[in-house]
Amino acid sequence: MATGTEPPATEPRRRSGGVTAGTRAAIDAPHLRTDRWWLAPAATAAGLLAFVVYSTWRALSNADYYAAPYVSPFYSPCLAENCVPMRAGPNWELFGSWWVLSPAVIILIFPLGFRLTCYYYRKAYYRGFWASPPACAVAEPHRKYTGETRFPLILQNVHRYFFYAAIVVAGILTYDTVLAFRDEHYDWGHMGLGTLVFLVNIVLIWAYTISCHSCRHIVGGKLKHFSRHPVRYRMWQWVGRLNARHMQLAWASLLSVALVDLYVYLVATGAFDDPRFF
Amino acid sequence: MSSYEARFKVWRGDVGGGGLEDFAVEVNDGEVVLDIIHRLQATQVPDLAVRWNCKAGKCGSCSAEINGRPRLLCMTRMSVFDRDETITVTPLRAFPVIRDLVTDVGFNYAKARQVPAFVPPEGLGPGEYRMMQEDVDRSQEFRKCIECFLCQDTCHVVRDHEENKQAFAGPRFLMRVAELDMHPLDAAEENGLDRGRTAQDEHGLGYCNITKCCTEVCPEGIRITDNALIPLKERAVDRKYDPLVWLGSKIRRRSSAG
Amino acid sequence: MTVVDRQEWDVVVVGAGGAGLRAAIEARERGARTAVICKSLFGKAHTVMAEGGIAAAMGNVNAGDDWRVHFRDTLRGGKFLNQWRMAELHAQEAPQRVWELETWGALFDRTKDGRISQRNFGGHEYPRLAHVGDRTGLELIRTLQQKIVALQQEDFRETGDYEARLKVFQECTVTRVLKEGDRVAGVFGYERETGRFFVLEAPAVVLATGGIGKSFKVTSNSWEYTGDGHALALLAGAPLLNMEFVQFHPTGMVWPPSVKGILVTESVRGDGGVLRNSEGKRFMFDYVPDVFKDKYAESEEEGDRWYDDPDHNRRPPELLPRDEVARAINAEVKAGRGSPHGGVFLDVSTRMPAEVIRRRLPSMYHQFKELADVDITAEPMEVGPTCHYVMGGIAVDSDSAAARGVPGLFAAGEVAGGMHGSNRLGGNSLSDLLVFGRRAGLYAAEYAAGRTAARPRADDAQVDAAAAEALRPFSAESEAPAEGPPENPYALHQELQQAMNDLVGIIRREPEMKQALEKLAELRLRARRAGVEGHRQFNPGWHLALDLRNMLLVSECVARSALERTESRGGHTREDHSVMDRAWRNVNLLCELTDPTGGLAATDPVRGQITLTRERTEPIRPDLLALFEKEELVKYLTEEELDA
Repeated sequence: MATGTEPPATEPRRRSGGVTAGTRAAIDAPHLRTDRWWLAPAATAAGLLAFVVYSTWRALSNADYYAAPYVSPFYSPCLAENCVPMRAGPNWELFGSWWVLSPAVIILIFPLGFRLTCYYYRKAYYRGFWASPPACAVAEPHRKYTGETRFPLILQNVHRYFFYAAIVVAGILTYDTVLAFRDEHYDWGHMGLGTLVFLVNIVLIWAYTISCHSCRHIVGGKLKHFSRHPVRYRMWQWVGRLNARHMQLAWASLLSVALVDLYVYLVATGAFDDPRFF
Repeated sequence: MSSYEARFKVWRGDVGGGGLEDFAVEVNDGEVVLDIIHRLQATQVPDLAVRWNCKAGKCGSCSAEINGRPRLLCMTRMSVFDRDETITVTPLRAFPVIRDLVTDVGFNYAKARQVPAFVPPEGLGPGEYRMMQEDVDRSQEFRKCIECFLCQDTCHVVRDHEENKQAFAGPRFLMRVAELDMHPLDAAEENGLDRGRTAQDEHGLGYCNITKCCTEVCPEGIRITDNALIPLKERAVDRKYDPLVWLGSKIRRRSSAG
Repeated sequence: MTVVDRQEWDVVVVGAGGAGLRAAIEARERGARTAVICKSLFGKAHTVMAEGGIAAAMGNVNAGDDWRVHFRDTLRGGKFLNQWRMAELHAQEAPQRVWELETWGALFDRTKDGRISQRNFGGHEYPRLAHVGDRTGLELIRTLQQKIVALQQEDFRETGDYEARLKVFQECTVTRVLKEGDRVAGVFGYERETGRFFVLEAPAVVLATGGIGKSFKVTSNSWEYTGDGHALALLAGAPLLNMEFVQFHPTGMVWPPSVKGILVTESVRGDGGVLRNSEGKRFMFDYVPDVFKDKYAESEEEGDRWYDDPDHNRRPPELLPRDEVARAINAEVKAGRGSPHGGVFLDVSTRMPAEVIRRRLPSMYHQFKELADVDITAEPMEVGPTCHYVMGGIAVDSDSAAARGVPGLFAAGEVAGGMHGSNRLGGNSLSDLLVFGRRAGLYAAEYAAGRTAARPRADDAQVDAAAAEALRPFSAESEAPAEGPPENPYALHQELQQAMNDLVGIIRREPEMKQALEKLAELRLRARRAGVEGHRQFNPGWHLALDLRNMLLVSECVARSALERTESRGGHTREDHSVMDRAWRNVNLLCELTDPTGGLAATDPVRGQITLTRERTEPIRPDLLALFEKEELVKYLTEEELDA
């Protein structure tokens, strides 16, 4: 019967395929978009790639990450014996002398995992790097697609554990920011341009972390009756408002964390002298 | 009032084949693409097949693809195009074509049937339902859906992979699962139906890679990905991948049973 | 002989809007195997366009409300011409029907204490409309659709077949009700997608096809509203009631031209929107008719106070029944005080904060933003009357919704007449759909159950005739070359719409209506030659050619009844008989086919295809009359009626 309520019979000879498959309107072009649909995924890919290159270089360089009182967020907390000593800094030698790689590798796994499994970044790299899909209504080049149903992508479901870890990391970076209110002689009550950069960064880090979809679920989204949990309802609303800007926060915090690191690098190498306010 | 002649390419044909046909057609101030299709019907091709109903973006019938983008014909104003631009109109490309701009959207009706209906709570008669506005807000957003199936059409999971149609319900019907799971009085759980789990196990939530095209095309502006699909994924994680939550719910159930 | 697919069902419901789906649910729950046929996709029915709400005296917001008040409002709105028993049943059963929707998953907006919120609307004394923002119709249709799916899931669990007991035939059009003798035997129709014919045999058929608005040029109705059910009933031998009453909704969009007629919900006024003319004056204060004088505010200040304190103030006249407001707008435009595009201004922007407007009227906000590029939070809308609803319809028994004269035929919703009298109150249509949809399904199932042994069967000759009639447009050229060249169905349709709009529109005059009848006769002749190109597969030109028959039949009913009723009442306004006449209060006008044997070709414009008869209405039951004050009744009822 007309546009049945039965599932339409897919043509036996074409059980697979996409927009050019057997029973669909015969149009050869993989897409008919006339706008610059490739711009967004290309920009995303370029941006992410730039960060990856920069952060890999910095994380593996194992140098110039501390310039009292500032510690690069890539190296905080510093958990190996080979760390540069930071007085009253996030410098706990949990890993012994056997760790010979850059100490950044130990800790970066957590923020990296958080961002890698983040619902926004997933969208960004699925589109930008994997072209799955490159843009809406633009055919993807893959023959098969199973999404996040099987290993390894099913591991994306661990996002909330990385969220918990990200809270801890954000806590430590907050501690670093507090430490940034010292001067190079470790006297309290001082502030320089670096302190300001740290402040901006930590606000963005927290905003990004709190605006996470998992966080939104945990603070209240999982509830069936908001009316019975007014406090969690308010928190959910608040996180929800931040969550609407998750993408912007993801980029802003990514940029700021790289800038903070760059700032520390510049000060540590002596290329730039941290202007002190007081 | 000013009018001009616009150039159109409209796909005509059926399952046996077809192609884009060129038309030149008059356009007046304030018109939408559906007006132009109607003018083609009335003046040039009386048998041009197109679905439409309300012409006000409320029924979701006139879904098609304009310049390659899934849109409602009645809500796409001609003024968004340059006058010298050729406008291409094709049927939805994720579904089997019937004729011209009309496709067989039966997939969606089949999927609708696979989502278990609202389970009324026991012991509450008609007129005794009490629900707070803040508790119905979330599901109400999803019930704004006009079932235009643009999200189903644009979703690459089925658009680009016919074989996934078996396993994947599509954004519209995953959102329906979310709507029911968030309904303050839905008694599915009490009756042994775990909607969060079935979303993953039976409706193919895992296929979704949250690339947000469904949200982009939704003419009702429903935030399908952020408000329905991701929360549903998180609920599935509660059931399937979070041992703490799982343990907690076991203990709570045992203690409340005892 | 044409070979067509025949299927057996117990109840066939034609139409899948609110009334049709509610009827189907009821029939299926009463054990009848039920088929639903609809022209569009399942869930796209015109009901989705209803915005304001469902009127039901639940008393959630104002505890003073009950069914008697609702009944009173309904009769006042209909100017006492309502089939009073229907109005009574409607007012009594509406709350049950709304609550039942909740048990099927509907989510209405809530009051502070968690009950269904209710809003004010024109003609309703208390806040009475259950609503979901301004998309109540969508919620209604979706809930019913999902209930049908739920029943199908139930059937699937039992039988392994979703469609064992309830099936929706989407995108199919019914062109004939088939009969055996005087009894209904089924329906004949075609699939729009393939053009194939089919017959569904059933002892009971429920017509729930909605209205006739597509016969008018400026209308809020969709293409489906071609009066199919009205015509099917006429052709099957059932009379139509009071077809002159056509409601022009006061506020349709007037610009841009492509959306002219699209509805601007009455909630805009219910929530505080006001009407102004080009001089900035709230003109409605000048148009309060005598019968409503003591019920409406006399000053803007009082009207404004009413929104916050309805118990101590009278409502603003913007909330008069629709017919009054539509006439007032018409008069203002005629007097040269209209807006640039020929309407008046409807303003919420100066009445509410932008954020409140966006929250309470979200779809209006979007409709204007996207279709007219008007931001209603910053500037007024331009609105004017648009053909919206037909109060007239198939004459039915109040309790059972059975059509008169044709056993087995039932009608519910807009296609049925009587319930709303001469003018329908906003919000009463959705409740009408539910109350009488359910009743039609119930009594159709009951009727069908009594006839399982000897099912009526339509003979092949009828089916062949129906098939030949449906195929005629394909051979228009060869069949009657002597009569003239083939006609373009689209052009015919446009001429019909223009004629009805201009000649039998919101304000009517005798010579114009006579002219309309002549025009209709001419169009009827030309429509016989309506030809189509292409083949039967999803061919909109062919579909329109077939729908023309229905629109022409119904239009003639409207014009002929309008000419006959020499008074102004509700949705029928005569310039040459401009007052309401109590002598007409108890007169029903019935339209019947002049030549029931199928002589559709009658070409005499004076006689036409329709014969009118007058009929006295049944006196209103005394206990219902007692709900009104004597002073009010004398405005409507004659001395004799009051004495009796």
